[in-house]
Amino acid sequence: MLDFVVKRSLQVIIVVFLALTAVFFLIRLSGDPTALFLPPDTSREQIEEYREILGFNRPLYVQYGEFVGNAIQGDFGQSLRSGESALGLVLARLPATFQLAFSALFISLLISIPLGVLAAYKRNSIFDRIAVAATVVGQAIPSFWLGLLLIYTFAVSFSLLPSSGGGSIVHLILPSVTLATYSIARFTRFTRSTMLDVLRKDYIRTAKASGAPTGSLVLKYALKNSLIPIITLVALDLGTLLGGAVVVEMVFAWPGVGRLLLQSLLNRDFPIVLAGVFIIAFIYSIVNFIADILYAYVNPQIRVK
Amino acid sequence: MTTKSEVNVVKGSTRRKSLRITNFFKKLLGNWSGFVGFVIIFLLIIISIFGKQIAPYDPMYTDFTKKLLPPLTEGHLLGTDQLGRDVLSRIIVGARVSVIIGLVTVLVAGTFGTIVGIISGYFRGWIDVVLMRIVDVQLSFPFILLVLVVSAITGTGLRNIIISLAIGGWVIFARVIRSEVLAIREKEFITACVATGVKRSHILFKHILPNLITPIIILGSLQIATYIIAEASISFLGFGVQPPAPAWGNMLSEGKDYIFSSWWLITFPGIAILITALGVNLFGDWLRDTLDPEFVE
Repeated sequence: MLDFVVKRSLQVIIVVFLALTAVFFLIRLSGDPTALFLPPDTSREQIEEYREILGFNRPLYVQYGEFVGNAIQGDFGQSLRSGESALGLVLARLPATFQLAFSALFISLLISIPLGVLAAYKRNSIFDRIAVAATVVGQAIPSFWLGLLLIYTFAVSFSLLPSSGGGSIVHLILPSVTLATYSIARFTRFTRSTMLDVLRKDYIRTAKASGAPTGSLVLKYALKNSLIPIITLVALDLGTLLGGAVVVEMVFAWPGVGRLLLQSLLNRDFPIVLAGVFIIAFIYSIVNFIADILYAYVNPQIRVK
Repeated sequence: MTTKSEVNVVKGSTRRKSLRITNFFKKLLGNWSGFVGFVIIFLLIIISIFGKQIAPYDPMYTDFTKKLLPPLTEGHLLGTDQLGRDVLSRIIVGARVSVIIGLVTVLVAGTFGTIVGIISGYFRGWIDVVLMRIVDVQLSFPFILLVLVVSAITGTGLRNIIISLAIGGWVIFARVIRSEVLAIREKEFITACVATGVKRSHILFKHILPNLITPIIILGSLQIATYIIAEASISFLGFGVQPPAPAWGNMLSEGKDYIFSSWWLITFPGIAILITALGVNLFGDWLRDTLDPEFVE
């Protein structure tokens, strides 16, 4: 087990490092950002001067070496616009993104597991058919559009909830429901099919034959055995949730990492982009790492491999 | 002069082929959701080809005296936008962007991913390790975010969007095809080929590739909706198709500024995306269930 953990931790470091390298070169290949920070009538000499101050005139490998050296020490440079520490700016936005992602996760689990269990238990009933149809539609709705519709319905038409911004539970409702929708659909579908598999098993039939009450049959025997694959899927989907949060944050002007990253991309404020990529790749890898360990913990076959 | 037996062979093969096609439609007609998906895709392709002829108005024609008309007024079924352009016409003509993005991206990402998957799975060794490490790196980053970063850097325009989406999308093909190849190369008929000295290229193209067609088709059809929604999302965020060209994502982006007054601008293009993604997914699910129910993404 320890071997496995060490190996996977190394993998996380390599993955984050390679992701940063790829984005660094992509950014530099897209052109010299110096001119963007000066008024259009700046003279050529002044641009050259600034290029030297900002360090964009040196060979690419020197810039890369310096970037890696600083990044290892947690220094991603300063925002080219505000002059504040890039990593600091990103980290300051992290709690908001976590808030959004975890409340979306909470909502989706709260809805999808009971829904999936019930649909599997009442297989082929009208309830099951509606639930399955809803999951198919739920997986096809673009989240940003759902966000717009919710804003229109709850903020514009009925003025019940704020349309944008952050800071309170009320602000959290619309964005987290928007973000949760896709996961609700996915988790419900998965819970249902896993439950169906388990309900077909011999031990369930035996329990049924020996007269176990329906409630305990479904909850105690079937759901308990379905939870392992469900937990794995949920852990793996946390990353997708974080990615989806980026788009949802923009729709609702939610002050998270994703919105900061996209605005910095639009402004070509590259230190923030790199710091943001670092944090997201790191969190995403760690989440997958934890999912793997969880999985290895419950399934010894993986550990041996 | 052709001999009798040759004629029979030719006849037999064409008959088998046409039988397969009627069989396909028979199966499709027997499945409600697969059939609906197929019809949606069919209509969408027709609309994307003949969009300009079908559209009741010129999608780019602006008329400030007719701006922000609600649906069903003055001959505008779905109303007009902030520049007086007909919403229905823009949705019809905008279908082409989504169809092109979906099809071309799946072609590019699928081809590249399949090649990588075959190389990785067939040759294994260090090249497999390197390629799969690259796949791991990419999978350690959310798909939509990767596409956004790449398209922000490469710039807008249909070609660049397709490149960004393909860069984000090839890894799934590589990973799935690799595991398929790993499974196929252990099969006895491949071992027999190797043992009898069949050329490697012959094994790859005549024996392995044909067995990959089913997983490629299934995976491809399931990925198209992802690409179409992703394109709409990045266009909505301003990194994709730029206005004034009509595309569903940027129509919603422009419409959101009028959310307080004109609900139709943020409603109908979204419904178009939803129906498209739904149709493609329904058809893809049906394909999977019919061709290979065990297929895992």
